[in-house]
Amino acid sequence: MSRHALIVDGRRILVERDPMDRLLDVLRDAGAKGVREGCGEGECGSCTVLLDDQPVCACLVPVFQADGASIVTSAGVIDAAGQDALASAMLTEGGVQCGACTPGIAVTAHALLAKDPAPDRDAVRDALAGNLCRCTGYERILRAVLRAATAKEEAS
Amino acid sequence: MGVIGTSPPRSDGLDKLRGTAGYVDDLAGEDTWHGATVRTSVACGTVLAIDAAAARAADPDVVVVTAADLPGPNVLPVIQNDWPVLADGTIEHLNQPVALVAAPTRARARAAADLVSVEVEPSEPVLGLDAAHEVLASCSIDHGDVDVAIADAEHVIEGTFESGLQEHVYIETQGMLARVEGGVLTVVGSLQCPYYLQHALEAVFAPTGFEIRVTQATTGGGFGGKEEFPDQIGAHAALLAWKSGHEVVLLYDRHEDIIGTTKRHPARVTHRTAVSGDGTLIAQDIEVLLDGGAFVTLSPVVLSRAVIHAGGPYRCRNVRIRGRVLKTNTPPNGAFRGFGAPQSQLGAERQMDQIARRLGIDPLTARRINAYRDGDVTPTGQVLDASTSALEVLETTARRADFLTRWKTNESARVDALDDGAPRDGIGIALAWHGSGFTGDGERRLRARAGIEVDDGGRPWVLSASTDFGQGTEVVFQQIVAEALGVFPEDVGIRPPDTHLVPDSGPTVASRTVMIVGSLLHRAAREIRGRVGDGPEPFQERAAAWIAANGPLKAETMHQTPPGATFDESTYRGVAYPAYGWICDVVEVSVDPDTLLVTPRKVTVACDVGRAVNPALCAGQIEGGTLQAVAWAYLEEVKCENGRYLNDRLQTCLIPTTRDAPELDVRLVENPSPAGPLGTKGVGEIPMDAGAPATLAAIENATGIAASSVPATPERLLELMEDAP
Repeated sequence: MSRHALIVDGRRILVERDPMDRLLDVLRDAGAKGVREGCGEGECGSCTVLLDDQPVCACLVPVFQADGASIVTSAGVIDAAGQDALASAMLTEGGVQCGACTPGIAVTAHALLAKDPAPDRDAVRDALAGNLCRCTGYERILRAVLRAATAKEEAS
Repeated sequence: MGVIGTSPPRSDGLDKLRGTAGYVDDLAGEDTWHGATVRTSVACGTVLAIDAAAARAADPDVVVVTAADLPGPNVLPVIQNDWPVLADGTIEHLNQPVALVAAPTRARARAAADLVSVEVEPSEPVLGLDAAHEVLASCSIDHGDVDVAIADAEHVIEGTFESGLQEHVYIETQGMLARVEGGVLTVVGSLQCPYYLQHALEAVFAPTGFEIRVTQATTGGGFGGKEEFPDQIGAHAALLAWKSGHEVVLLYDRHEDIIGTTKRHPARVTHRTAVSGDGTLIAQDIEVLLDGGAFVTLSPVVLSRAVIHAGGPYRCRNVRIRGRVLKTNTPPNGAFRGFGAPQSQLGAERQMDQIARRLGIDPLTARRINAYRDGDVTPTGQVLDASTSALEVLETTARRADFLTRWKTNESARVDALDDGAPRDGIGIALAWHGSGFTGDGERRLRARAGIEVDDGGRPWVLSASTDFGQGTEVVFQQIVAEALGVFPEDVGIRPPDTHLVPDSGPTVASRTVMIVGSLLHRAAREIRGRVGDGPEPFQERAAAWIAANGPLKAETMHQTPPGATFDESTYRGVAYPAYGWICDVVEVSVDPDTLLVTPRKVTVACDVGRAVNPALCAGQIEGGTLQAVAWAYLEEVKCENGRYLNDRLQTCLIPTTRDAPELDVRLVENPSPAGPLGTKGVGEIPMDAGAPATLAAIENATGIAASSVPATPERLLELMEDAP
């Protein structure tokens, strides 16, 4: 066991854990339920978080690697009122169905739009290739991310 | 109010985006114990002894449950009583649950499960349809005189079509949480059918006298995989809670979910078809074989749907269909979107392509000649109603995708193709039908109930056991009730699917929710509105005043099958379904001529949904189902060897990513069904029916390789190419 300090969605937390414990479990135990386990081996992307601005699968990151890092989960990406462009586009387009992949998709899409504010359809497909969704056929998710990009551009 | 036909967003969307929706693994508290499952290591054999001494010695807190500890009968009742809660003596499949363990943490539960030793005597398993002989279910349809028609026919064309296991891969794996408190056994979990689990728990715990309560947690996808299987994991969680005295959560990780839960039935469908020279069907002689796995579970009704749909959406005067489910030593195969119809219609559609090719007609014309029209008679003797849209969806899709021109271009290009390694384009078409609601007499027997109650403030609440596991049922129900009451959708509350709060509306399966339960809610809402009366004030004010004057305001309705709509399950004659949906898919692919790798480019779909209550959610169902169907055709496969699933994790059990997914262009066709007040037809399953045969047809158009089985992986296509004359 060792002590680890993390900043989760802007809040500093201190945990006493085995350094090899999965960041996924540490975050969930700290109440970040938007970090969801879908496969435990980095295939599905349901547990995607930003680790110092980079999207990673929290199931593949031992907690010691996140020591001192800033972590952003879906709750840090989507505001509680759902007013931001991404949330609004996902809801309007119907990009949310069962919701199990949704927080991971939101985090990955947020990271894409931060890097590339005007992606084309292929760029969105590339960015989301690590996030499996079994409900939507992806069509409405792709449209939602493109719509969010347009809305952000118009707002700025 | 005009809210039906609009697309308000789903009510749980924001919670799902932020991660606050409350799935079962979010509900476990610090004091909640964790469960783990001990599974058998052979596919067939006998349990000689179960020894948990080492587990108990290593961790004295551990609680162990075996079949010997069950309070009541060791059976999960589905259709027959042959599915054990825990293996007792006989082992019927690999990884069959044989003991359960609970401990204060997940790690301790798993460590303890590893220390439980199970002594077995293996015996020879029966695996695959060729080796299987024990019949778990059978049914047949006889219409006209097939033998005479075939004897007299100009052309008789034969074909065999196969499909393998498909895994649901709902993104949230199975999980259940249970506790016993004050004589009430409560189970909360990821499930489609709260009353199925309620009835299973009533049977398993009968001698305890517990009151049983089942509630759905937010559920991350189902596709049929959370129809009957939750009876088992739910009973397991309940047994551990009962035995340990703690709240217990039992969560499968992905590996355990794949090895331990149901799959789509593998199928072999054989056709012998008599056709006239112009391509008109004269007779269909069809056999449908399904691999049921080790227990009966839902196989008889999967077979029934497979058989009734096996001829495809085509008129034919002489039809014989024989169906059987055979027993093998794998986990029981079960409900999966489409429920047998995708397997049997894969055969029907590939057979139609073969007929067209043999007679020198194009695939569109062959379908145009034979597609059902209003008033045609199906093999069960049902006369099709005025909302029969086979031709409309066919023509709509073909036109939007410019199918025929492009199909012909690819046909000529293939013949003239240079061996230059350039990708080959292909386009394929398939047509399908899908009965909405339970098969035959199912709805009449079920007598589903749903209702509306109005609280003292005048807010109406939906009472139904229908579950939302992604479809958007809640907002669709809000829209239906809002329209009937004259309020806004957000004014309508939804009570959770909790067996203590809502009546049994039947399971959320069989594309029945919007059509059957939606109609019940519509009727209940009309009844409430009739009682309250119309007036200038908003409904809420009128309802609150009515309650102040008259007392509680509640209406419950029960499904009634219309007179004359009978189905005889002994002869398979009569009205098989109250309504049919119709769908046409055009799939475009490109195929690498060197590697035979298939890349789907675009799918154009037209689907008659009767009436789209919420067009965005409705199209979302069709898009998601279409990708599952296309992927089943070329990518998805659970390989099974000696009863073991070989690709038992997501690294090897592939489903499409965004990079694999084609562009989806879905057009909703609305020809209202006369069967219900709303005109709706089922939409959940029908998109699974046409995508796979259309994909195989596109591969054939691109390469000339006529695959009759799915998945058409590069390896399979290479074999077919090498075997070609």
